[in-house]
Amino acid sequence: MAAKLILSMDGAVLKEYTLNKERMTIGRKPHNDIVIDNLAVSGEHAAILTILNDSFLEDLDSTNGVMVNGAQIKKHFLQNSDVVEIGKYKLKYMNDQQGQQAAAADDFEKTMVLRAPIKMQPGGAPQAAAPLGKVPGMEAAMKTQANLPPVLQSYERTGKFETAKPQAAAHPPVQAPAHAAPFAPSAPAAPATPAQPAAAALAAVQILNGPNIGKELDLVKNLITLGKPGVQVAVLTRRPHGYFITHVEGAAYPALNGKTLDEQPHQLNDHDIIELAGIKMEFYFKE
Amino acid sequence: MNVQEAIEIVSQTSSGMVRSHNEDSVIYDASCGLVVLADGMGGYNAGEVASGIAVSVLSTEIKHRLESLRPEDKNESGEEIGVALLRENVRKANASIYSAAVSQPQYSGMGTTIVAGLFYDNRLAVAHVGDSRMYRLRGETFETITRDHSLLQEQIDGGMISKEDARLSKNKNLVTRAVGIDAEVEPELHTHPVQTGDIYLLCSDGLNDMVEDDDIGTALQMLRANLPLAATRLIEMANDNGGRDNVSVILVKVNGDFAAPRGWLAKLSSWFKH
Repeated sequence: MAAKLILSMDGAVLKEYTLNKERMTIGRKPHNDIVIDNLAVSGEHAAILTILNDSFLEDLDSTNGVMVNGAQIKKHFLQNSDVVEIGKYKLKYMNDQQGQQAAAADDFEKTMVLRAPIKMQPGGAPQAAAPLGKVPGMEAAMKTQANLPPVLQSYERTGKFETAKPQAAAHPPVQAPAHAAPFAPSAPAAPATPAQPAAAALAAVQILNGPNIGKELDLVKNLITLGKPGVQVAVLTRRPHGYFITHVEGAAYPALNGKTLDEQPHQLNDHDIIELAGIKMEFYFKE
Repeated sequence: MNVQEAIEIVSQTSSGMVRSHNEDSVIYDASCGLVVLADGMGGYNAGEVASGIAVSVLSTEIKHRLESLRPEDKNESGEEIGVALLRENVRKANASIYSAAVSQPQYSGMGTTIVAGLFYDNRLAVAHVGDSRMYRLRGETFETITRDHSLLQEQIDGGMISKEDARLSKNKNLVTRAVGIDAEVEPELHTHPVQTGDIYLLCSDGLNDMVEDDDIGTALQMLRANLPLAATRLIEMANDNGGRDNVSVILVKVNGDFAAPRGWLAKLSSWFKH
Protein backbone atom coordinates (compact mmCIF):
# COMPACT_ATOMS: atom_id res chain seq x y z
CA MET A 1 0.00 0.00 0.00
CA ALA A 2 1.30 3.37 -0.92
CA ALA A 3 2.36 5.85 1.72
CA LYS A 4 0.13 8.82 2.57
CA LEU A 5 0.41 12.45 3.57
CA ILE A 6 -2.26 13.89 5.83
CA LEU A 7 -2.63 17.66 5.53
CA SER A 8 -3.82 19.49 8.61
CA MET A 9 -3.89 22.96 10.12
CA ASP A 10 -4.36 23.75 13.80
CA GLY A 11 -5.12 20.09 14.45
CA ALA A 12 -7.94 19.92 11.89
CA VAL A 13 -7.43 17.39 9.09
CA LEU A 14 -7.95 19.05 5.71
CA LYS A 15 -7.10 16.37 3.18
CA GLU A 16 -5.30 13.09 2.61
CA TYR A 17 -2.91 12.46 -0.30
CA THR A 18 -1.64 9.10 -1.50
CA LEU A 19 1.97 9.09 -2.72
CA ASN A 20 1.18 7.19 -5.88
CA LYS A 21 3.39 9.15 -8.27
CA GLU A 22 7.15 9.04 -8.43
CA ARG A 23 7.35 12.80 -8.06
CA MET A 24 4.74 14.92 -6.35
CA THR A 25 5.04 18.63 -5.76
CA ILE A 26 3.67 20.79 -2.98
CA GLY A 27 3.04 24.48 -3.60
CA ARG A 28 0.66 27.42 -3.84
CA LYS A 29 0.14 27.31 -7.61
CA PRO A 30 -2.72 25.14 -8.91
CA HIS A 31 -0.57 22.82 -11.03
CA ASN A 32 1.01 21.24 -7.93
CA ASP A 33 -0.14 17.79 -6.81
CA ILE A 34 -0.69 19.11 -3.32
CA VAL A 35 -1.96 22.67 -3.49
CA ILE A 36 -1.79 24.81 -0.36
CA ASP A 37 -3.31 28.17 -1.17
CA ASN A 38 -1.57 30.36 1.36
CA LEU A 39 0.78 33.27 0.82
CA ALA A 40 3.41 31.80 3.14
CA VAL A 41 3.73 28.88 0.71
CA SER A 42 5.92 29.32 -2.37
CA GLY A 43 4.55 28.68 -5.86
CA GLU A 44 6.51 25.45 -5.95
CA HIS A 45 7.54 24.82 -2.41
CA ALA A 46 8.69 21.22 -2.06
CA ALA A 47 8.74 17.88 -3.87
CA ILE A 48 8.43 14.27 -2.76
CA LEU A 49 10.15 11.51 -4.69
CA THR A 50 8.99 7.97 -4.13
CA ILE A 51 10.96 4.87 -5.06
CA LEU A 52 8.87 1.78 -4.35
CA ASN A 53 8.40 2.01 -0.59
CA ASP A 54 10.82 4.84 0.19
CA SER A 55 9.97 8.54 -0.07
CA PHE A 56 12.31 11.53 -0.04
CA LEU A 57 11.30 15.13 0.62
CA GLU A 58 13.13 18.06 -0.95
CA ASP A 59 12.76 21.80 -0.39
CA LEU A 60 12.57 23.47 -3.83
CA ASP A 61 14.35 26.62 -2.65
CA SER A 62 11.16 27.90 -1.06
CA THR A 63 11.04 31.34 0.53
CA ASN A 64 9.96 30.15 3.97
CA GLY A 65 11.55 26.71 4.09
CA VAL A 66 10.43 23.25 5.15
CA MET A 67 10.58 21.73 8.64
CA VAL A 68 10.51 18.03 9.50
CA ASN A 69 9.85 17.12 13.13
CA GLY A 70 10.79 20.65 14.13
CA ALA A 71 14.09 20.85 12.24
CA GLN A 72 14.69 22.77 9.04
CA ILE A 73 15.61 20.47 6.15
CA LYS A 74 16.80 20.74 2.59
CA LYS A 75 16.46 17.08 1.77
CA HIS A 76 15.02 14.39 3.98
CA PHE A 77 14.44 10.65 3.85
CA LEU A 78 10.87 10.37 5.17
CA GLN A 79 10.11 7.92 7.95
CA ASN A 80 6.72 6.78 9.22
CA SER A 81 4.94 9.52 11.26
CA ASP A 82 7.36 12.28 10.31
CA VAL A 83 5.62 15.66 10.51
CA VAL A 84 6.41 18.04 7.67
CA GLU A 85 5.65 21.70 8.36
CA ILE A 86 5.14 24.28 5.68
CA GLY A 87 4.04 27.58 7.15
CA LYS A 88 1.11 26.87 9.46
CA TYR A 89 0.30 23.64 7.66
CA LYS A 90 1.32 20.19 8.78
CA LEU A 91 1.69 17.12 6.59
CA LYS A 92 2.01 13.85 8.44
CA TYR A 93 3.79 11.08 6.55
CA MET A 94 2.23 7.67 7.08
CA ASN A 95 3.98 4.57 5.82
CA ASP A 96 3.21 1.84 8.30
CA GLN A 97 4.36 -1.13 6.31
CA GLN A 98 5.23 -3.06 9.40
CA GLY A 99 1.62 -3.20 10.51
CA GLN A 100 0.43 -4.06 7.05
CA GLN A 101 2.98 -6.77 6.69
CA ALA A 102 2.03 -8.35 9.96
CA ALA A 103 -1.56 -8.48 8.78
CA ALA A 104 -0.99 -9.58 5.20
CA ALA A 105 0.94 -12.87 5.14
CA ASP A 106 4.70 -12.75 4.98
CA ASP A 107 4.77 -12.55 1.21
CA PHE A 108 5.50 -8.86 1.37
CA GLU A 109 8.92 -9.25 2.79
CA LYS A 110 10.17 -12.02 0.62
CA THR A 111 13.15 -11.38 -1.52
CA MET A 112 12.17 -10.46 -5.03
CA VAL A 113 14.05 -10.03 -8.25
CA LEU A 114 14.18 -6.93 -10.36
CA ARG A 115 14.62 -8.67 -13.65
CA ALA A 116 16.58 -6.10 -15.62
CA PRO A 117 19.32 -4.50 -13.57
CA ILE A 118 19.37 -0.76 -13.12
CA LYS A 119 22.71 0.19 -14.53
CA MET A 120 24.72 2.83 -12.76
CA GLN A 121 27.09 4.92 -14.77
CA PRO A 122 30.52 5.49 -13.26
CA GLY A 123 29.59 9.06 -12.42
CA GLY A 124 26.83 7.78 -10.18
CA ALA A 125 24.04 8.91 -12.46
CA PRO A 126 21.54 6.12 -12.63
CA GLN A 127 20.70 4.94 -16.09
CA ALA A 128 17.49 3.09 -15.76
CA ALA A 129 16.67 -0.07 -17.61
CA ALA A 130 13.08 -1.14 -17.51
CA PRO A 131 12.77 -3.56 -14.62
CA LEU A 132 10.02 -5.59 -16.18
CA GLY A 133 9.13 -9.07 -15.57
CA LYS A 134 8.12 -11.47 -13.04
CA VAL A 135 8.57 -11.36 -9.38
CA PRO A 136 8.14 -14.77 -7.80
CA GLY A 137 4.84 -14.88 -5.97
CA MET A 138 4.45 -11.14 -5.91
CA GLU A 139 1.96 -9.36 -8.10
CA ALA A 140 1.70 -6.16 -6.14
CA ALA A 141 5.32 -5.22 -6.50
CA MET A 142 5.19 -5.43 -10.25
CA LYS A 143 2.93 -2.44 -10.43
CA THR A 144 5.24 -0.28 -8.41
CA GLN A 145 8.22 -1.45 -10.37
CA ALA A 146 6.73 -0.07 -13.53
CA ASN A 147 7.12 3.37 -12.02
CA LEU A 148 10.75 2.93 -11.31
CA PRO A 149 12.82 4.23 -14.19
CA PRO A 150 11.56 7.83 -14.29
CA VAL A 151 12.07 8.06 -10.55
CA LEU A 152 15.65 7.02 -10.81
CA GLN A 153 16.22 9.54 -13.54
CA SER A 154 14.83 12.31 -11.46
CA TYR A 155 17.41 11.45 -8.84
CA GLU A 156 20.18 12.50 -11.07
CA ARG A 157 19.17 16.01 -10.29
CA THR A 158 18.37 15.76 -6.64
CA GLY A 159 21.44 14.05 -5.28
CA LYS A 160 22.00 12.69 -1.85
CA PHE A 161 19.58 12.59 1.02
CA GLU A 162 20.27 12.43 4.69
CA THR A 163 18.02 12.09 7.66
CA ALA A 164 17.95 15.15 9.85
CA LYS A 165 20.60 14.64 12.51
CA PRO A 166 18.86 16.53 15.33
CA GLN A 167 16.41 13.64 15.58
CA ALA A 168 19.00 11.46 17.21
CA ALA A 169 19.20 13.83 20.12
CA ALA A 170 15.48 13.42 20.70
CA HIS A 171 16.28 10.09 22.36
CA PRO A 172 16.52 10.63 26.09
CA PRO A 173 19.99 9.35 26.97
CA VAL A 174 18.68 7.80 30.19
CA GLN A 175 16.90 5.18 28.17
CA ALA A 176 20.02 3.92 26.50
CA PRO A 177 20.73 0.93 28.77
CA ALA A 178 17.14 -0.27 28.61
CA HIS A 179 17.41 -0.18 24.83
CA ALA A 180 20.48 -2.37 24.70
CA ALA A 181 19.26 -3.12 21.23
CA PRO A 182 21.45 -3.88 18.27
CA PHE A 183 19.87 -1.05 16.35
CA ALA A 184 20.63 2.56 17.05
CA PRO A 185 17.74 4.21 15.31
CA SER A 186 18.51 7.69 14.06
CA ALA A 187 14.85 8.64 14.06
CA PRO A 188 12.49 8.52 17.04
CA ALA A 189 10.18 6.14 15.26
CA ALA A 190 12.29 3.87 13.13
CA PRO A 191 9.69 1.69 11.51
CA ALA A 192 12.08 -0.03 9.15
CA THR A 193 13.93 -1.65 12.00
CA PRO A 194 12.25 -4.70 13.45
CA ALA A 195 10.21 -4.31 16.59
CA GLN A 196 12.56 -4.82 19.48
CA PRO A 197 11.49 -7.45 21.92
CA ALA A 198 11.82 -6.25 25.49
CA ALA A 199 15.33 -7.07 26.72
CA ALA A 200 15.71 -8.91 30.00
CA ALA A 201 15.72 -6.73 33.14
CA LEU A 202 19.10 -5.22 33.97
CA ALA A 203 21.42 -7.50 35.92
CA ALA A 204 25.00 -7.36 37.17
CA VAL A 205 27.80 -9.57 38.44
CA GLN A 206 29.85 -8.76 41.52
CA ILE A 207 33.28 -10.28 42.12
CA LEU A 208 33.51 -12.07 45.46
CA ASN A 209 37.24 -12.84 45.80
CA GLY A 210 40.69 -11.99 44.46
CA PRO A 211 42.24 -8.58 43.81
CA ASN A 212 39.06 -7.15 42.26
CA ILE A 213 36.84 -8.19 45.16
CA GLY A 214 33.69 -6.08 45.41
CA LYS A 215 33.92 -4.89 41.84
CA GLU A 216 30.58 -4.79 40.06
CA LEU A 217 29.85 -5.11 36.37
CA ASP A 218 26.49 -4.10 34.92
CA LEU A 219 25.41 -6.47 32.16
CA VAL A 220 24.16 -3.84 29.74
CA LYS A 221 25.61 -5.37 26.60
CA ASN A 222 24.07 -8.31 24.82
CA LEU A 223 27.35 -10.17 24.98
CA ILE A 224 30.04 -10.04 27.66
CA THR A 225 33.02 -12.37 27.94
CA LEU A 226 34.57 -13.27 31.29
CA GLY A 227 37.96 -14.85 31.95
CA LYS A 228 41.37 -14.91 30.32
CA PRO A 229 41.64 -15.49 26.55
CA GLY A 230 43.61 -18.67 25.85
CA VAL A 231 43.09 -19.93 29.42
CA GLN A 232 39.41 -19.97 30.24
CA VAL A 233 36.64 -17.84 28.80
CA ALA A 234 32.89 -17.89 29.25
CA VAL A 235 30.32 -15.61 27.68
CA LEU A 236 27.25 -14.05 29.29
CA THR A 237 24.47 -13.37 26.81
CA ARG A 238 21.53 -11.13 27.46
CA ARG A 239 18.48 -12.39 25.61
CA PRO A 240 14.81 -11.36 25.71
CA HIS A 241 13.97 -14.20 28.10
CA GLY A 242 16.96 -13.85 30.42
CA TYR A 243 20.70 -14.19 30.86
CA PHE A 244 22.75 -17.23 29.91
CA ILE A 245 26.28 -18.39 30.58
CA THR A 246 28.14 -20.50 28.00
CA HIS A 247 31.66 -21.92 27.99
CA VAL A 248 33.76 -20.48 25.13
CA GLU A 249 37.30 -21.82 25.46
CA GLY A 250 39.77 -23.46 27.83
CA ALA A 251 40.15 -26.96 29.23
CA ALA A 252 38.23 -26.08 32.39
CA TYR A 253 34.54 -25.29 32.34
CA PRO A 254 32.88 -22.69 34.53
CA ALA A 255 30.90 -23.78 37.59
CA LEU A 256 27.47 -22.52 38.59
CA ASN A 257 26.55 -22.82 42.28
CA GLY A 258 29.39 -25.33 42.71
CA LYS A 259 28.33 -27.51 39.80
CA THR A 260 30.57 -27.67 36.72
CA LEU A 261 28.76 -26.78 33.50
CA ASP A 262 28.87 -28.57 30.17
CA GLU A 263 29.00 -27.05 26.69
CA GLN A 264 25.34 -26.03 26.71
CA PRO A 265 24.17 -22.54 27.68
CA HIS A 266 22.71 -22.28 31.19
CA GLN A 267 20.18 -19.71 32.26
CA LEU A 268 21.22 -17.59 35.22
CA ASN A 269 18.96 -17.08 38.22
CA ASP A 270 19.07 -14.28 40.75
CA HIS A 271 22.00 -14.74 43.18
CA ASP A 272 23.65 -17.57 41.26
CA ILE A 273 27.37 -17.98 42.02
CA ILE A 274 29.65 -18.28 38.98
CA GLU A 275 33.18 -19.69 39.34
CA LEU A 276 35.61 -19.17 36.52
CA ALA A 277 39.43 -19.40 36.46
CA GLY A 278 39.52 -19.23 40.26
CA ILE A 279 37.31 -16.15 40.45
CA LYS A 280 33.93 -16.30 42.17
CA MET A 281 31.19 -13.89 41.27
CA GLU A 282 27.55 -13.42 42.05
CA PHE A 283 24.90 -12.77 39.42
CA TYR A 284 21.88 -10.73 40.45
CA PHE A 285 19.09 -8.66 38.97
CA LYS A 286 19.20 -4.95 39.64
CA GLU A 287 15.52 -4.19 39.03
CA MET B 1 49.59 -27.86 5.50
CA ASN B 2 46.75 -28.69 3.16
CA VAL B 3 43.58 -26.66 3.12
CA GLN B 4 41.60 -29.18 5.16
CA GLU B 5 44.08 -28.92 8.04
CA ALA B 6 44.39 -25.16 7.74
CA ILE B 7 40.72 -24.14 7.89
CA GLU B 8 37.93 -24.83 10.32
CA ILE B 9 34.34 -24.58 9.03
CA VAL B 10 30.99 -24.58 10.81
CA SER B 11 27.52 -23.81 9.54
CA GLN B 12 24.08 -23.29 10.98
CA THR B 13 20.67 -22.47 9.61
CA SER B 14 17.28 -21.64 11.09
CA SER B 15 13.90 -20.92 9.57
CA GLY B 16 13.62 -17.94 11.93
CA MET B 17 10.72 -16.89 14.14
CA VAL B 18 8.13 -16.11 11.45
CA ARG B 19 8.58 -18.32 8.41
CA SER B 20 7.24 -21.84 8.47
CA HIS B 21 9.89 -23.27 6.18
CA ASN B 22 13.52 -22.68 5.38
CA GLU B 23 14.43 -21.66 1.84
CA ASP B 24 18.13 -21.28 2.61
CA SER B 25 20.64 -24.01 1.77
CA VAL B 26 24.20 -24.33 3.01
CA ILE B 27 26.90 -26.83 2.21
CA TYR B 28 30.63 -27.06 2.79
CA ASP B 29 33.43 -29.44 1.98
CA ALA B 30 36.58 -28.95 4.03
CA SER B 31 38.56 -31.43 1.91
CA CYS B 32 38.54 -29.07 -1.06
CA GLY B 33 38.05 -25.80 0.88
CA LEU B 34 34.61 -25.06 -0.55
CA VAL B 35 31.74 -23.20 1.16
CA VAL B 36 28.38 -22.41 -0.49
CA LEU B 37 25.29 -20.60 0.83
CA ALA B 38 22.10 -19.93 -1.13
CA ASP B 39 18.87 -18.12 -0.25
CA GLY B 40 16.03 -19.34 -2.44
CA MET B 41 12.88 -17.55 -3.52
CA GLY B 42 9.65 -18.67 -5.12
CA GLY B 43 6.21 -19.90 -4.14
CA TYR B 44 5.38 -23.02 -2.12
CA ASN B 45 8.59 -25.01 -1.77
CA ALA B 46 10.21 -23.71 -4.97
CA GLY B 47 12.64 -21.53 -2.99
CA GLU B 48 14.09 -24.54 -1.20
CA VAL B 49 14.29 -26.41 -4.48
CA ALA B 50 16.22 -23.59 -6.17
CA SER B 51 18.70 -23.07 -3.33
CA GLY B 52 19.08 -26.84 -2.94
CA ILE B 53 19.93 -27.29 -6.62
CA ALA B 54 22.43 -24.43 -6.43
CA VAL B 55 24.43 -25.77 -3.49
CA SER B 56 24.41 -29.35 -4.72
CA VAL B 57 25.53 -28.45 -8.26
CA LEU B 58 28.38 -26.32 -6.94
CA SER B 59 29.59 -28.80 -4.36
CA THR B 60 29.40 -32.01 -6.41
CA GLU B 61 30.78 -30.50 -9.60
CA ILE B 62 33.64 -28.59 -8.02
CA LYS B 63 34.65 -31.48 -5.77
CA HIS B 64 34.62 -33.81 -8.76
CA ARG B 65 36.68 -31.46 -10.96
CA LEU B 66 39.26 -30.88 -8.23
CA GLU B 67 40.03 -34.58 -8.14
CA SER B 68 41.99 -34.07 -11.34
CA LEU B 69 42.73 -30.33 -11.36
CA ARG B 70 44.66 -27.96 -9.10
CA PRO B 71 42.72 -24.73 -8.37
CA GLU B 72 45.90 -22.58 -8.35
CA ASP B 73 46.86 -23.64 -11.89
CA LYS B 74 45.84 -21.54 -14.88
CA ASN B 75 43.54 -22.74 -17.64
CA GLU B 76 44.00 -22.15 -21.40
CA SER B 77 42.60 -18.61 -21.16
CA GLY B 78 45.04 -17.76 -18.36
CA GLU B 79 42.45 -17.73 -15.61
CA GLU B 80 42.97 -19.55 -12.35
CA ILE B 81 41.11 -22.83 -12.35
CA GLY B 82 39.60 -22.13 -8.91
CA VAL B 83 37.96 -18.96 -10.20
CA ALA B 84 36.88 -20.57 -13.46
CA LEU B 85 35.29 -23.49 -11.59
CA LEU B 86 33.19 -21.14 -9.50
CA ARG B 87 32.01 -19.22 -12.55
CA GLU B 88 31.24 -22.30 -14.64
CA ASN B 89 29.32 -23.97 -11.88
CA VAL B 90 27.25 -20.95 -10.87
CA ARG B 91 26.24 -20.88 -14.54
CA LYS B 92 25.57 -24.60 -14.50
CA ALA B 93 23.39 -24.20 -11.39
CA ASN B 94 21.60 -21.35 -13.15
CA ALA B 95 20.88 -23.54 -16.17
CA SER B 96 19.55 -26.41 -13.99
CA ILE B 97 17.27 -24.15 -11.96
CA TYR B 98 16.06 -22.29 -15.02
CA SER B 99 15.20 -25.45 -16.95
CA ALA B 100 13.37 -26.91 -13.93
CA ALA B 101 11.45 -23.64 -13.56
CA VAL B 102 10.51 -23.55 -17.23
CA SER B 103 9.51 -27.21 -17.49
CA GLN B 104 7.56 -27.54 -14.24
CA PRO B 105 4.78 -25.06 -13.52
CA GLN B 106 5.05 -25.41 -9.73
CA TYR B 107 8.63 -24.16 -9.94
CA SER B 108 7.88 -21.31 -12.30
CA GLY B 109 9.81 -18.16 -11.43
CA MET B 110 11.95 -19.76 -8.72
CA GLY B 111 15.45 -18.47 -8.17
CA THR B 112 18.16 -18.13 -5.58
CA THR B 113 20.97 -15.93 -4.42
CA ILE B 114 24.35 -17.55 -4.00
CA VAL B 115 27.62 -16.81 -2.26
CA ALA B 116 30.43 -19.32 -2.62
CA GLY B 117 34.06 -19.38 -1.54
CA LEU B 118 36.93 -21.64 -2.54
CA PHE B 119 40.08 -21.61 -0.39
CA TYR B 120 43.38 -22.62 -2.02
CA ASP B 121 47.00 -21.51 -2.03
CA ASN B 122 46.55 -18.91 0.76
CA ARG B 123 43.79 -17.29 -1.24
CA LEU B 124 40.05 -17.21 -1.35
CA ALA B 125 38.04 -17.00 -4.56
CA VAL B 126 34.54 -15.65 -4.01
CA ALA B 127 31.57 -15.80 -6.37
CA HIS B 128 28.26 -14.20 -5.60
CA VAL B 129 24.92 -13.33 -7.13
CA GLY B 130 22.22 -11.41 -5.24
CA ASP B 131 22.22 -10.20 -1.64
CA SER B 132 23.78 -13.05 0.30
CA ARG B 133 27.05 -11.79 1.72
CA MET B 134 30.58 -12.67 2.67
CA TYR B 135 32.24 -10.76 5.52
CA ARG B 136 35.81 -10.93 6.79
CA LEU B 137 37.08 -10.41 10.33
CA ARG B 138 40.80 -9.66 10.23
CA GLY B 139 42.28 -8.47 13.51
CA GLU B 140 39.86 -5.82 14.69
CA THR B 141 38.44 -5.06 11.26
CA PHE B 142 35.11 -6.54 10.28
CA GLU B 143 33.89 -5.73 6.78
CA THR B 144 31.94 -7.07 3.83
CA ILE B 145 33.95 -8.39 0.92
CA THR B 146 30.96 -8.79 -1.39
CA ARG B 147 28.66 -6.04 -2.62
CA ASP B 148 24.97 -6.87 -2.81
CA HIS B 149 23.30 -7.02 -6.19
CA SER B 150 20.28 -5.16 -4.86
CA LEU B 151 18.30 -2.04 -5.60
CA LEU B 152 19.33 -0.62 -2.25
CA GLN B 153 23.05 -1.14 -2.92
CA GLU B 154 22.65 0.57 -6.28
CA GLN B 155 20.92 3.48 -4.57
CA ILE B 156 23.84 3.68 -2.14
CA ASP B 157 26.37 3.53 -4.99
CA GLY B 158 24.45 6.17 -6.92
CA GLY B 159 24.65 8.48 -3.90
CA MET B 160 20.90 8.67 -3.50
CA ILE B 161 20.87 7.30 -0.01
CA SER B 162 23.62 7.19 2.60
CA LYS B 163 24.90 3.92 4.03
CA GLU B 164 23.57 4.91 7.46
CA ASP B 165 20.11 5.66 6.09
CA ALA B 166 20.01 2.43 4.13
CA ARG B 167 18.86 0.58 7.25
CA LEU B 168 15.72 2.70 7.26
CA SER B 169 14.87 1.83 3.68
CA LYS B 170 11.82 -0.23 2.93
CA ASN B 171 13.25 -1.41 -0.37
CA LYS B 172 15.43 -4.06 1.22
CA ASN B 173 14.40 -7.23 -0.47
CA LEU B 174 14.81 -6.37 -4.12
CA VAL B 175 17.71 -8.16 -5.72
CA THR B 176 18.90 -7.14 -9.17
CA ARG B 177 20.59 -10.44 -10.00
CA ALA B 178 19.58 -13.97 -9.10
CA VAL B 179 20.46 -17.51 -10.12
CA GLY B 180 17.82 -19.40 -12.11
CA ILE B 181 15.45 -16.66 -13.23
CA ASP B 182 16.96 -16.12 -16.67
CA ALA B 183 18.66 -18.38 -19.19
CA GLU B 184 22.01 -16.87 -18.25
CA VAL B 185 23.61 -15.27 -15.23
CA GLU B 186 26.83 -13.40 -14.61
CA PRO B 187 28.32 -14.12 -11.18
CA GLU B 188 30.63 -11.53 -9.64
CA LEU B 189 34.07 -13.01 -8.92
CA HIS B 190 37.00 -11.81 -6.84
CA THR B 191 40.04 -13.34 -5.20
CA HIS B 192 41.38 -12.24 -1.83
CA PRO B 193 44.66 -13.04 -0.10
CA VAL B 194 44.04 -14.96 3.12
CA GLN B 195 45.88 -14.52 6.43
CA THR B 196 46.15 -16.87 9.38
CA GLY B 197 43.61 -15.80 11.98
CA ASP B 198 41.05 -14.49 9.46
CA ILE B 199 37.44 -15.43 10.02
CA TYR B 200 35.04 -15.42 7.05
CA LEU B 201 31.30 -15.25 7.45
CA LEU B 202 28.85 -16.18 4.72
CA CYS B 203 25.26 -15.29 5.53
CA SER B 204 21.78 -14.89 4.12
CA ASP B 205 20.06 -11.50 4.48
CA GLY B 206 18.11 -12.92 7.43
CA LEU B 207 21.22 -12.15 9.49
CA ASN B 208 22.33 -8.76 8.21
CA ASP B 209 18.75 -7.39 7.97
CA MET B 210 18.13 -8.23 11.63
CA VAL B 211 21.54 -7.57 13.20
CA GLU B 212 23.81 -4.54 12.74
CA ASP B 213 27.20 -5.23 11.18
CA ASP B 214 28.92 -3.86 14.29
CA ASP B 215 27.12 -6.36 16.50
CA ILE B 216 27.92 -9.24 14.18
CA GLY B 217 31.58 -8.19 14.23
CA THR B 218 31.69 -7.84 18.01
CA ALA B 219 30.14 -11.27 18.53
CA LEU B 220 32.63 -12.88 16.16
CA GLN B 221 35.52 -11.16 17.85
CA MET B 222 34.45 -12.23 21.33
CA LEU B 223 33.69 -15.79 20.33
CA ARG B 224 36.46 -16.35 17.80
CA ALA B 225 37.92 -19.10 19.99
CA ASN B 226 34.73 -21.14 19.69
CA LEU B 227 33.40 -21.16 16.15
CA PRO B 228 30.33 -23.38 16.72
CA LEU B 229 29.25 -21.13 19.59
CA ALA B 230 29.79 -18.04 17.42
CA ALA B 231 27.50 -19.51 14.73
CA THR B 232 24.84 -20.35 17.31
CA ARG B 233 25.06 -16.87 18.79
CA LEU B 234 24.65 -15.14 15.40
CA ILE B 235 21.49 -17.13 14.69
CA GLU B 236 20.19 -16.37 18.20
CA MET B 237 20.82 -12.65 17.71
CA ALA B 238 18.81 -12.61 14.47
CA ASN B 239 15.97 -14.55 16.10
CA ASP B 240 16.03 -12.49 19.31
CA ASN B 241 15.61 -9.38 17.15
CA GLY B 242 12.50 -10.79 15.54
CA GLY B 243 13.86 -13.44 13.17
CA ARG B 244 11.62 -12.31 10.33
CA ASP B 245 13.45 -14.31 7.68
CA ASN B 246 15.33 -17.56 7.38
CA VAL B 247 18.83 -17.09 8.71
CA SER B 248 21.93 -19.07 7.75
CA VAL B 249 25.61 -18.68 8.45
CA ILE B 250 28.82 -20.42 7.48
CA LEU B 251 31.96 -19.50 9.43
CA VAL B 252 35.44 -20.28 8.21
CA LYS B 253 38.49 -19.73 10.41
CA VAL B 254 41.96 -19.83 8.96
CA ASN B 255 44.26 -21.56 11.44
CA GLY B 256 47.40 -21.86 9.32
CA ASP B 257 49.22 -21.46 6.05
CA PHE B 258 47.96 -23.43 3.06
CA ALA B 259 50.26 -22.35 0.25
CA ALA B 260 50.20 -24.79 -2.66
CA PRO B 261 53.35 -26.93 -2.78
CA ARG B 262 55.65 -25.61 -5.49
CA GLY B 263 58.87 -27.71 -5.64
CA TRP B 264 59.75 -30.32 -8.29
CA LEU B 265 58.30 -32.99 -6.04
CA ALA B 266 54.93 -31.27 -6.04
CA LYS B 267 55.03 -30.95 -9.80
CA LEU B 268 55.92 -34.60 -10.11
CA SER B 269 53.17 -35.74 -7.81
CA SER B 270 50.69 -33.54 -9.58
CA TRP B 271 51.85 -35.02 -12.87
CA PHE B 272 51.17 -38.49 -11.50
CA LYS B 273 47.80 -37.30 -10.25
CA HIS B 274 46.87 -36.28 -13.77
